[in-house]
Amino acid sequence: MDLKEKLVSSFLAFENGVDVDHPVHDIRSEAIKNFETKGFPTKKEEAWKYTSLNTLQKIDFSIFPKKESMLEYRDVKKYFLHEIDTFKIVFVDGVYSSFLSETTHDGVDVCLMSSALNKPMYKQIIDVYFNKIASKDDSLTSLNTAFSKEGAYIYIPKNKIPKKPIEIVHFSTGNEAALLLQPRNLIIAEENAEMQIIERHQSLTANEVFTNSVTEIFAAKNSNVDYYKVQNDLTTASLIDNTYIDQKDGSVVNVHTFSFGGKLTRNNLNFYQNGERIDSTMKGVTIIEEKQHVDHHTLVHHIQPNCESHQDYKGIYGENATGVFNGKIIVDKIAQKTNAFQQNNNILVSDKATINTKPQLEIFADDVKCSHGCTIGQLDEEALFYLQSRGIPKKEARALLMYAFANNVLESVRIPELKVRINKLIANKLGVRLGFDL
Amino acid sequence: MAYTEEELKKELETKEYEYGFYTDIESDTFPNGLNEEIVIAISKKKEEPEWMTLWRLESFKIWKEMVEPEWANVKYKKPDFQAISYYSAPNKKPKYDSLDEVDPELLDTFKKLGISLDEQKKLAGVAVDIVMDSVSVATTFKKTLAEKGIIFCSISEAIKEHSELVKKYIGSVVPQKDNFYAALNSAVFSDGSFCYIPKGVRCPMELSTYFRINQAGTGQFERTLVIADEGSYVSYLEGCTAPSRDENQLHAAVVELIALDDAEIKYSTVQNWFPGNKEGKGGVFNFVTKRGLCEKNAKISWTQVETGSAVTWKYPSCILKGDNSIGEFYSIAVTNNYQQADTGTKMIHLGKNTKSTIISKGISAGKSQNSYRGLVQVNSRADNARNFSQCDSLLMGNECGAHTFPYIEVKNKTAQIEHEATTSKIGEDQIFYCNQRGINTEKAIALIVNGFSKEVLNKLPMEFAVEAQKLLEISLEGSVG
Repeated sequence: MDLKEKLVSSFLAFENGVDVDHPVHDIRSEAIKNFETKGFPTKKEEAWKYTSLNTLQKIDFSIFPKKESMLEYRDVKKYFLHEIDTFKIVFVDGVYSSFLSETTHDGVDVCLMSSALNKPMYKQIIDVYFNKIASKDDSLTSLNTAFSKEGAYIYIPKNKIPKKPIEIVHFSTGNEAALLLQPRNLIIAEENAEMQIIERHQSLTANEVFTNSVTEIFAAKNSNVDYYKVQNDLTTASLIDNTYIDQKDGSVVNVHTFSFGGKLTRNNLNFYQNGERIDSTMKGVTIIEEKQHVDHHTLVHHIQPNCESHQDYKGIYGENATGVFNGKIIVDKIAQKTNAFQQNNNILVSDKATINTKPQLEIFADDVKCSHGCTIGQLDEEALFYLQSRGIPKKEARALLMYAFANNVLESVRIPELKVRINKLIANKLGVRLGFDL
Repeated sequence: MAYTEEELKKELETKEYEYGFYTDIESDTFPNGLNEEIVIAISKKKEEPEWMTLWRLESFKIWKEMVEPEWANVKYKKPDFQAISYYSAPNKKPKYDSLDEVDPELLDTFKKLGISLDEQKKLAGVAVDIVMDSVSVATTFKKTLAEKGIIFCSISEAIKEHSELVKKYIGSVVPQKDNFYAALNSAVFSDGSFCYIPKGVRCPMELSTYFRINQAGTGQFERTLVIADEGSYVSYLEGCTAPSRDENQLHAAVVELIALDDAEIKYSTVQNWFPGNKEGKGGVFNFVTKRGLCEKNAKISWTQVETGSAVTWKYPSCILKGDNSIGEFYSIAVTNNYQQADTGTKMIHLGKNTKSTIISKGISAGKSQNSYRGLVQVNSRADNARNFSQCDSLLMGNECGAHTFPYIEVKNKTAQIEHEATTSKIGEDQIFYCNQRGINTEKAIALIVNGFSKEVLNKLPMEFAVEAQKLLEISLEGSVG
């Protein structure tokens, strides 16, 4: 039985475990129908031209983990941003771990999707927001919607700022030979609210994991959301991350994606600017090697006038790695005075690495400033020579240059501890100890 | 008298396509429809050798299996391929020695187009091979070229007289099964130009062909084959105008360029086919496959000025097969009213140290849609490949669209690729500055557009540059206000 059939037939079993009378269940039923008609995307589709899901579909994934696993905090401490105090929403094999988590209802809600879906007090919010910005057409998003049950639920009311950053961490323990996870997150920032979120997916053994995640973010008037995605998983873990962001007047949303690992990583990042004076920023650093594959697929839809968007993606590809960047900017007819910038720079360090990039503009308004730039190149030989002539060994010199290449993406990281962490990850990736405190 | 914008707008709206006339020349037209018999009949009519007939039939077979592509960012009513006549030739077809013998009605047509033959003849250095509805009716300067060993004739003549060369190269760059329209063209092409430059010869003049569509309901399927042998150089010009028609006309041409070792081909086009009226009715469908192959140290340069056609679908490409070969693409695409253009280029880097440059300028006005779609591909053995791409779009008015779809695929770490694209409008401050200095808005726009397109216009041969500049002004007049 192929994966699609398995998923469709599992839906019946899934229905036994959820409240089928809840209005959300109608959404789920619609979604599974859509997935059944569409199936997994193939390379024939323009959006999936460079990323194939064929090998993933051949693996026999368990859809519902059979047994629960316990993890000791000390074993997984290193995967948290443990230097500072944070709220934590932790899942182990897709199941919420109250032992590792630290949630709150004090003024702000940092808790679980399952409680938001089940408790009557959240019903109104779920009615207004759930599956409202996520695509009803995209087959993988539909697949997630159909099985949506668990994930993070964050609600920050008007004028509130949570006391500390929020970490969303998904562990997979390898209890199953191959596991499919489908977390569903809903994040709402009301007027003037602010928050910082760090999301991470981590498998602890070399068993196959496939995560198909959907996150919906609603940023109301003048709110400010910082979202950091740390993707440094094992080479047996695949991730399809679908993030949909709805922005209102004057809101600022920044999404940073750090892709340093994983077998296949696909980031579908979609921004919809439903207001004026909005600022959307997407930044990414990708450093991969072996046979890893990272695909960044961004969409910024400028619907209203006077907004801005900034994209800056840097990639360093070694060994047999493949990188894909597909950035799409759509400017609607009424979205005058839009400023949209897109930048994609790549370095190939191996003969077998591949980069496919397609920065795309679709512009229907005339009074706009839109630009995109894209480069593919190597490290500057002269700069390398300069550093070597000053006594820096070649390996370190290369690492320094690559670090410098990726650096301006890091500059906008606003959690200093996270910045240090990312710096360490980069240094690790490049195989050197950078001799200065970054 | 003050000439207000209102007046100008009115004038432009009522201004019909200048070259919209129709000359009634008795022509020999095939019944509508396409089947194997028609393909064989075309071949027979042209007295082609057997291999050519077979080649056409094979293409037809391939075409039947294919479906029309839909990926381009254009919307149009699909042509009914069975409602088109696949062959039409001016009837009286004696070989002329001088212009006096040419059908006066035909001469009149050329005069209206402002390129009367006698004038052209006087323009020293330009040999004109005029294609009117598929068949060459006059070829000039042939003698001068013959002295150098250059072959410049219609493709049907070449099939008969230079069979070996045609057989060797036709379909070698654009195979029959390349795409839907290339297959169709391979099956039914009626005529076109053939050019061969022998080893080490520098073609002493610009070669040019004027294409015109003249017969109602006749699809034009031109086939051009240019071969530059080792170390040779040729500059080829192609320019088009078409009389206005209400129904859409289909044009599916194939151009193949072959630049052997150390050769250089410069191919320039000015395309000004009927773009449809201001309601978007009528106009030419232009689905063209143009591709060049570069051997070692060879260079192919495409220069395109596109102002006409209701729908354009065109990607002149370079296959940089030989080491150190160079591909260039300079293009201006202007769309107004309801025109749609999906154009761009493909640069396929296969050889080592290959270089390519892409400069594309898109100008959209009215309710038009203008897309750039390009591919830069560096294969794993193409060490030190270098590409620079720049796509700029200029938008006029808020009902048009400009789109960019650049594909970049790199499989070699020594590649250096740069791509940049911008979209903007003509700044109010720029126009104000011109107004201040006594330049009216219309002139100011022409000035700014000219500056915007200069990089590409400069690449055109002299006489074309002047024509192209005029065309730009005509196509954009009244689009801002």
